[in-house]
Amino acid sequence: MASAEIDVKYVAHLARLALTPDEEKKLGAQLGNILGYIEKLRELDVTNVEPTAHAVPMVNVTRADEVRPSLSHEAALRNAPRQAGGLFIVPKIVE
Amino acid sequence: MLNQLTISALTEKLSRREVSAREAMQSCLDQIARVDGKIHAFISHDAVDALAQADAADKEIAGGASKPLLGVPIAIKDVLAVKNQPLNCASKILGKFVSPYDATAIEKLKAAGAIVFGRCNMDEFAMGSSTENSAFGPTHNPWDITRIPGGSSGGSAAAVAADECIASLGTDTGGSIRQPAALCGCVGLKPTYGRISRYGLVAFASSLDQIGPFTKDVRDAATLLGVMSGHDLRDSTSIPQPVPDYTQALTGNVKGLKLGLPKEYMVGGLDPEVKAAVDAAVKKYQELGAEIVEISLPHTDYAVAVYYIVATAEASANLARFDGIRYGARVDGNDPIELYCKTRGAGFGAEVKRRIILGTYVLSSGYHDAYYLQAQKVRTLIRNDFLKAFEKVDAIVTPTSPTAAFKIGEKSDDPLQMYLSDIFTISCNLAGICGVSIPCGFTQNPRLPIGLQLLGKPFGEETMLNLAYAYERATPWHKEKAAI
Repeated sequence: MASAEIDVKYVAHLARLALTPDEEKKLGAQLGNILGYIEKLRELDVTNVEPTAHAVPMVNVTRADEVRPSLSHEAALRNAPRQAGGLFIVPKIVE
Repeated sequence: MLNQLTISALTEKLSRREVSAREAMQSCLDQIARVDGKIHAFISHDAVDALAQADAADKEIAGGASKPLLGVPIAIKDVLAVKNQPLNCASKILGKFVSPYDATAIEKLKAAGAIVFGRCNMDEFAMGSSTENSAFGPTHNPWDITRIPGGSSGGSAAAVAADECIASLGTDTGGSIRQPAALCGCVGLKPTYGRISRYGLVAFASSLDQIGPFTKDVRDAATLLGVMSGHDLRDSTSIPQPVPDYTQALTGNVKGLKLGLPKEYMVGGLDPEVKAAVDAAVKKYQELGAEIVEISLPHTDYAVAVYYIVATAEASANLARFDGIRYGARVDGNDPIELYCKTRGAGFGAEVKRRIILGTYVLSSGYHDAYYLQAQKVRTLIRNDFLKAFEKVDAIVTPTSPTAAFKIGEKSDDPLQMYLSDIFTISCNLAGICGVSIPCGFTQNPRLPIGLQLLGKPFGEETMLNLAYAYERATPWHKEKAAI
């Protein structure tokens, strides 16, 4: 298992999360502490143990592919921070 | 005082036309006006809408309608979608979000006639054990307002304990219903994973989250479980299993039932008064005819570590949707990435940031197998511990929380200590089984509620609730009210 240190700046970038230098410092110390605790999982031998992703496993859950009533255009846009002409407004993506 | 009634007592009075739904709702609103300045169980509530729902219920009652929750005021944790009501998850990032639809559990409450009102305070995105991580300020414990109500569903628990509603809904990912129920002295039920649809519940950790009720007695919890349970095509993890009438299971007869006492739960860090109360409850079960069997859950000590990997990993993915594009608050940036980063940096609180970073880290390239996969494998061992124990016993009895309610601010600077306060509740979610917390006594000075936890087999709610009911009937604890 990895050493109990996190490159907070790099992980925050992966998470698309702006942190202040103070937050970075504090989080680094706290997460080091938490990871130190989590290290105890290394004590266990898990050879041949299957991972559990869900406690009540269900396989290939499907439903009929039918058109059902859904949100109106207006309702879907109601909470948008910026909208115009029935669209979400976002910063320019391509030059 | 109608606001103090249970669901069963209120519905009886309503059906006999002794009281109106409007009077019941007004009584809750009066109590909110009187005490919520001190408790802060609610982030907001719409009194006009609540009374309009009450009037509609009164009309139905006058027309002879009979529904299990007709005219019963039920408050909702701020993480469940209720059409046309605000939804914030106690976070700044959702801005002025108003739900465009009802969660399935809410649809079912409404179909059963309930008055669905209020947004109960919580830890932001249900991440916490004290309700201190709310962007709207903390909730205070009705038994001692200098103390926390537990969390993350602290507002829902406090609202029931302070009689600001008849019952409420919360969610439980690692104990967020059972622990605040214990600390506030009410009944809190986490159903088996998949029993109640999660559609319309803002996801924190999808493989662990379940919706459940807070009530003033066990019968009410059984009633609400019955109303909300069932298969839902909109949640692929909801289980197609028939829904029994849970109240029919409450016979009070527990003779011959085997109750497991895990030796790993009665050790270090357990407050002596909590231990004494749980020991007394175990004796009471013996008097009632249950057989106590010592069992072992050998991987208990690893549950908190597994949980804080699995839950944060799932959270880091689930919370990616809060990006300032389609809903909620937005902080502008020169390009989309800058917009996401600034919006999320400004919108999320400290605990949510901490968990997103931890969750992103344990899933990141090079660390996934060492942390996330290892945790999922240990999760299997924890689940197997329970399945093995349930071959020998019908249910398991433990303390809900190692201590009674702690002081506001006492643990907020030490996240690891805060995490460890969930040590008795977390395994239940990892294993996907059901659990309930019921009042089992008080500490002496100050006088604070203590909770007893019962854990049941997957879909073993009937036996578990009957055990809870038998104990409740034989003890006075659930009748005590906080002086506010």
